[in-house]
Amino acid sequence: MFNFDRMFKFDKMHGFDKIFGFDKWLIPLTVGIIPVIFLGIFYFYPLSGIFIRSFFEHSSYGEGNFSMLSLLKIFQSSRMAGIIWFTFWQAFVSTILTLIAALPCAWVMGTFDFRCKKLVMTLATLPFVLPTIVVASAFQVLASTIKNIDWIFSFIQPEHSITMILFAHLFYNFSVVLRITSAFWSSLGKEMKEAASMLGANGIQVFFKITLPLLKPAILASSMLVFIFCFSSFGVILILGGPSFSTLEVEIYRQAAHMFNLPVASCLSLFQILCTFAMMWVYTLLQKKTALFIPESEKFSLRKPDTMIEKSSVFLCVAFIFFLCVMPISALVINSLYYKGSLSLIFYRELFLNSSGSIFYISPVDAISNSLTFALSTLAIALVVGGCAAYLIRKYTDEKSLIKNAVHQSQGKYSIFQYSKLFKKLLEPLFMLPLATSAVTLGFGMIITLDKPPLDFRTSVFLIPIVHTLVAFPFVVRAVLPALRAIPTSLKEAASIMGASPFKVWLHIELPIIARGLSIGAVFAFTVSLGEFGATLFAARPEFTTMPVTIYRFLGQPGIMNYGQAMAMSSILMLVTAIGFFFIENMRQFGHEGF
Amino acid sequence: MIKRFYYIFSLSMPVVIIPFLLLCILAFITVSTGICQDAKKLTVMTHDSFSVSEKVVAVFEKENNAKLVFLKSGDAGEALNKAILSKNSPLADIFYGVDNTFLSRAIKGDIFLPYASPMLKSVDDKLKLDSENRLLPVDFGDVCLNYDKKWFADHKLAVPVMLEDLIKPEYKGLLVIENPATSSPGLAFLLTTISRFGETEAFEFWKKLKKNDVFITNGWKEAYWGKFSAASEGDRPIVVSYASSPAAEVHFAKAEDAATKDKDASTKDNDPSTKDKDASTKDKDSSTKNEDNPSKDSNGKKLGNNNTKDKDAPTGAVTEHGSAFRQIEFAGILKGTANLDLAQKLIDFLLSKTFQEDIPLQMFVFPSNHNAALPEVFQKYAIITTQPATLSYDEISEKREMWIEKWTELML
Repeated sequence: MFNFDRMFKFDKMHGFDKIFGFDKWLIPLTVGIIPVIFLGIFYFYPLSGIFIRSFFEHSSYGEGNFSMLSLLKIFQSSRMAGIIWFTFWQAFVSTILTLIAALPCAWVMGTFDFRCKKLVMTLATLPFVLPTIVVASAFQVLASTIKNIDWIFSFIQPEHSITMILFAHLFYNFSVVLRITSAFWSSLGKEMKEAASMLGANGIQVFFKITLPLLKPAILASSMLVFIFCFSSFGVILILGGPSFSTLEVEIYRQAAHMFNLPVASCLSLFQILCTFAMMWVYTLLQKKTALFIPESEKFSLRKPDTMIEKSSVFLCVAFIFFLCVMPISALVINSLYYKGSLSLIFYRELFLNSSGSIFYISPVDAISNSLTFALSTLAIALVVGGCAAYLIRKYTDEKSLIKNAVHQSQGKYSIFQYSKLFKKLLEPLFMLPLATSAVTLGFGMIITLDKPPLDFRTSVFLIPIVHTLVAFPFVVRAVLPALRAIPTSLKEAASIMGASPFKVWLHIELPIIARGLSIGAVFAFTVSLGEFGATLFAARPEFTTMPVTIYRFLGQPGIMNYGQAMAMSSILMLVTAIGFFFIENMRQFGHEGF
Repeated sequence: MIKRFYYIFSLSMPVVIIPFLLLCILAFITVSTGICQDAKKLTVMTHDSFSVSEKVVAVFEKENNAKLVFLKSGDAGEALNKAILSKNSPLADIFYGVDNTFLSRAIKGDIFLPYASPMLKSVDDKLKLDSENRLLPVDFGDVCLNYDKKWFADHKLAVPVMLEDLIKPEYKGLLVIENPATSSPGLAFLLTTISRFGETEAFEFWKKLKKNDVFITNGWKEAYWGKFSAASEGDRPIVVSYASSPAAEVHFAKAEDAATKDKDASTKDNDPSTKDKDASTKDKDSSTKNEDNPSKDSNGKKLGNNNTKDKDAPTGAVTEHGSAFRQIEFAGILKGTANLDLAQKLIDFLLSKTFQEDIPLQMFVFPSNHNAALPEVFQKYAIITTQPATLSYDEISEKREMWIEKWTELML
């Protein structure tokens, strides 16, 4: 038998630690510097580049004329006011709808253990990877297939584009709330609820006074994600909403890509970023007053449904997920299997043939392996960057440092600590920004800034996972942070007193607790990367073509074979995603036996 | 056992991650600086819809001992903007795919080098819009109305022949178009109306179209795959698309022979003419329609078995009476190229018969070189309009934004 402790000598490293202060500064420094450098190079630098050029060197770029007056005119126009209002309105309504739909399901998923639970969870997350154009087509097929059973769709009114927008946002974001909240829910211990019941509280009181306050961080975090996602919604609005609806993101795209009016596009991007920032600020304030608790293992908190009510609620939840997610998905799959009215695999077989001899043809095997390579690299980078960012945020916002700061202030040491206080407040919102930044603005920024060695990544294949990470890592931060904040200091201190090295404390106390959050973050990073297609096109050379790009290529030309192959590729995309989920979630099962 | 695995796994995490990151950074630097050692590499920047045969690329690469790299950079507008933004350190040597609606932006951006290719002599003069030859015409396509033949036959309605038909009361609720602010066929259709009726009259026409319940989508994909009755579950039998779309419908209606063999066995009793038309409608419809329809096509002519060429296209295009707008695509050499000789050779190659004859079936547009032979499916099903709607590109560049704004105000 190996003695791993001796082999790695981790707890015998105190001497080494003392000499170099290894754990004192090196580790926190690395942890802090990774997300800062990453964001600095790949987000802030390109963005500031495009802003500066479009505001100050506008004459040589673009066709728009920049002056304070013309910008003012834009913001005063009623059309722009309508766009801004609609952007906020639809994001708010979509978030509320998603919460209403997902929270009851999260309760079921976080309380009960039943057969095929993992499968249901996987099915609920699949919509996340589907390109919008494919979803639009699936909705259309579904709507016409069940036209006969009018009563279902009479209240959904698929023809009405605003309903379509809200429904699509629900379809896409349902799993975000479901996954984050149910994971948190399952880690709520029973003791407090039982204590409350013993003291005479009824079920409703227990829910509102105990469960809900404990769940607050997860609900807030997930609804913030959904809100920002809908706030910067692009494909759904453009494709399902039609031209009469426009969000800020769509307008920025229109101004930058079609009008080439960079000053206006930059100005709107800046406005969008500021709005996101303000919302994040409010969120941070709300989150301050969250309760701490000792997380418990999933294994102890999950139980089989006992009573009739519990059983029927599990059934209702599964039925709802089936209705919301499985039906559109299966419409797609069925479409890909029918050729001229009969069951056939012809579209799938056709995927393997390069019938037009095009240089942009890619076999499905290669497309899958490209997609998986990008997704796994995104997953790795996002977990590192996101995990480190979560630690950085916690370090600067937890109570201990706040108290320390207060002490310093009371001693009159203002100057430097006031800056750090500001930094603290800025830190958390900053890490959320990439999620709500217009892709086209950032893309243009990268083109004009990352153009000289050693930063000439513009056509590099590495840019793809990096751009995916920019979207994916906020998910990791959001998923990990609530768990990280919930770790009681006493637990770590107890371990330290008993002689565990900081690394061992991290390994045995912190990691198991945040593992659940990390795995959710991993799932989303994986999905974001598999489904993302804008960035992939950015550096799209034939040999790096991914599955979503292939789908778009098929849909770019008329003809039934193209349509069928697009549907077949979408089905394969979903299958690959589902298999990916399976592996990521089983990885976690290895991870923490105890927790 | 599992616990031990986990232990190794988690211990190795930081040990793996830090070198991994370092490796990434190293890889970045080597890739970004080192990959360009091959001086014979030529990069072509283009839009998403670009396509070319592997064989054709191989011909050029072999002849010139070069390597072609293609860089797709978004839709036509976005790709051009990226080329203009990167003019200080160009991403590519050649840009393919500036169309005549963006021509003025490209020329104002001052990113192209003039090159009077000897191949230009076989290009129609009407296609040459840039007198200094910074941008050379490589292909063209006509944007026009497409209609669903089967729908019009079923509803016993005459197919549209010109723009004026669209505002007739019997055509109410039949048309789907694209937003000119976000789609290039959409913009082309707006320009068609302006060319046909004149500026003020055109907007009167649009008012009537609006009253006649026109449906507007943001892009061609949503219109064609989402609303057009010949290609989707949608209920609109007229769509703004390309004159070559019917040819594409025929070309992509049938899979490769090997793959269809067993299919033919299972649907032998159905006549191929109905099969083909139904291919573009939905599966549920087609299974019922196959029984209903007599096994004759709309002309009443009995068709030969298994011969695709004789089958009718499921859609038709309206190209005459100035109802089609000619979109011409240009290619040019980007300023700052390191391989001017090779870039010029590539431009010659793009205009040569080898490449030009490859264009129709790859991108479903017409070659600009009039010596290039058209494939059979194009000869049969794609129409080149005799009187395209025209507007000078100066006028387009001057008024485009204004027209789009006016249109947006009126229609949305």
